Amino acid sequence: MQIDWFPLWLSLRVAGIATLLSLLLGLWLAYLLANRKFRGKEILNSSVTLPLVLPPTVLGYYLLVLLGRESPLGQLYEWVFGTPLVFTWQAAVVAAMLHATPLVVISARAALESVDHCYERAARNLGASEWRVFWRVSLPLARRSILAVMVLAFARSLGDFGITIMIAGNIPNRTQTVAVAIYDAVEAGNGDVARMLVLVISVLAVSILYVANRLLARQPA
Amino acid sequence: MIHVRIRKQFPPRPDAAAFSLDVEFKASCGVTVLFGPSGAGKTLTLDCIAGFTAPDAGRIMLDDEILFDAQAGVCLPPQARRCGYVFQNYALFPHMTLRQNLAFAIQRKPRLERHRRVNEMIERFRLTDVAGRKPHELSGGQKQRCSIARALIGSPRLLLLDEPARGLDAPLRAELYELLRQVQAEFQTPILLVTHDLDESFELGEEMLIMRSGRVVQSGSPKAIADRPASVEVARLLGIFNLLPVEIVQLNPQENSSRLRLGEFDLTGPYFPGHMLGDRVWLCVRPDALTVSARDGSPGANQIPAQLQRVVEMPHSVRLEFSGGIRVEVPPSQFEAQKHNREWVISFPQEGLRVL
Repeated sequence: MQIDWFPLWLSLRVAGIATLLSLLLGLWLAYLLANRKFRGKEILNSSVTLPLVLPPTVLGYYLLVLLGRESPLGQLYEWVFGTPLVFTWQAAVVAAMLHATPLVVISARAALESVDHCYERAARNLGASEWRVFWRVSLPLARRSILAVMVLAFARSLGDFGITIMIAGNIPNRTQTVAVAIYDAVEAGNGDVARMLVLVISVLAVSILYVANRLLARQPA
Repeated sequence: MIHVRIRKQFPPRPDAAAFSLDVEFKASCGVTVLFGPSGAGKTLTLDCIAGFTAPDAGRIMLDDEILFDAQAGVCLPPQARRCGYVFQNYALFPHMTLRQNLAFAIQRKPRLERHRRVNEMIERFRLTDVAGRKPHELSGGQKQRCSIARALIGSPRLLLLDEPARGLDAPLRAELYELLRQVQAEFQTPILLVTHDLDESFELGEEMLIMRSGRVVQSGSPKAIADRPASVEVARLLGIFNLLPVEIVQLNPQENSSRLRLGEFDLTGPYFPGHMLGDRVWLCVRPDALTVSARDGSPGANQIPAQLQRVVEMPHSVRLEFSGGIRVEVPPSQFEAQKHNREWVISFPQEGLRVL
């Protein structure tokens, strides 16, 4: 049985980068939602969670319209990096990010809100700027939950199929992630390859969930 | 010197009744105690001063600086107010060592100076041995000292303490009071202290503000307040008085005397200006101002017979609880001499009587 491991490596790389980016974006949004009062907060809150309920193909379609070669954003990307974004592995990163960020925002917001307010008050009282309060007090106190969020974000990035196939396509050795490769293998009747990839990705997901649960369970008082 | 004049309304909510805070007071050097029952708005007042909560109206001045002024639209952020705050649960950052907790408060200072200041405070507050530990490894007293040191290290212009003795046992309390007196002498920072413990107010307070339902109902030195509570409300809050319902049956300004009817007995007291004949008022008298003796024939002037219901032997005195809710405190030796009395009479002093 000849198995091409490229989709696995690509998936890991895409998921890794997407995790970091969605963590940055998600933490920022979570901070805004947890600490700030502003107009349109509820609208932001709803639109952040929207990707959780919309069909992936719809999200993929939105991304195609938003980032396609004809769109201003797509053209900007092409002007900066010299190549179009769609149907590259970078597009898979964007897809995975869109898939993972809502989860990050929801969990990180809960984590930040669960930090006892008195520590943040104490920090402000001692002259710390809001920036410092966040990085030195809120985030370290929520670190276990945030780490768990990061692990879950990685797992979710790894699992995206719908958005990826819409915007990154299914180009072997270029944009074919594991989820897409499994679909491809089943379609082509390669049962062995599909089984192997399914096994690998399942073991990976179980280990990740195990780590995340351990992180959340051993929350110090 | 801090001058506070603030109002804040909380509309009624499903889980809480409406509450309004409306206080005005000044506090200068020394310790000013905010005394009152839970829910009186004491901590809320501190939070308004520290800048965690914005009042609806009014003004807060610290020395010559306006911290808050609703009309002028000034509301300094907590970071800019330089009010040290010692939280009820200390709020020491659990992920930092004691040393890091202190250093956090003076992050803006150059490194060497920061180091020097932190060491100074660690030594001053006897924390040298535990400087490298995290808060959960410290004892209650150490946490307490660390939180005070952290609040003071940035040289605040005002120190706010929210029930600092809560959860400490008696020896630690005594230690804390001693420490606060030293801090007061050394740092000259005015202190605003919230408590609902009367002993604590007497122990530390030079000035005392009695708060109830969001209002300051009396202010003055603790001694003056305990001697002359301004209203029944205050007397009840202090919890140290006998409050007995009486009727004024005679008032004689010329002879500076009056007669009060308590149940079926009459008491002679001084003239009470501002009261009318027939007024039903509260007689307010301290348990230690009353004396007891064995009943011998019919009661004399200002004596009323009473049944002894309960005896509480306390460390420094004995409290006798009589029918009619009258409490009398006598020294243990006096109680020893009289403990075989069959029938008792309580003697009221003519001069010490006050009505409210």
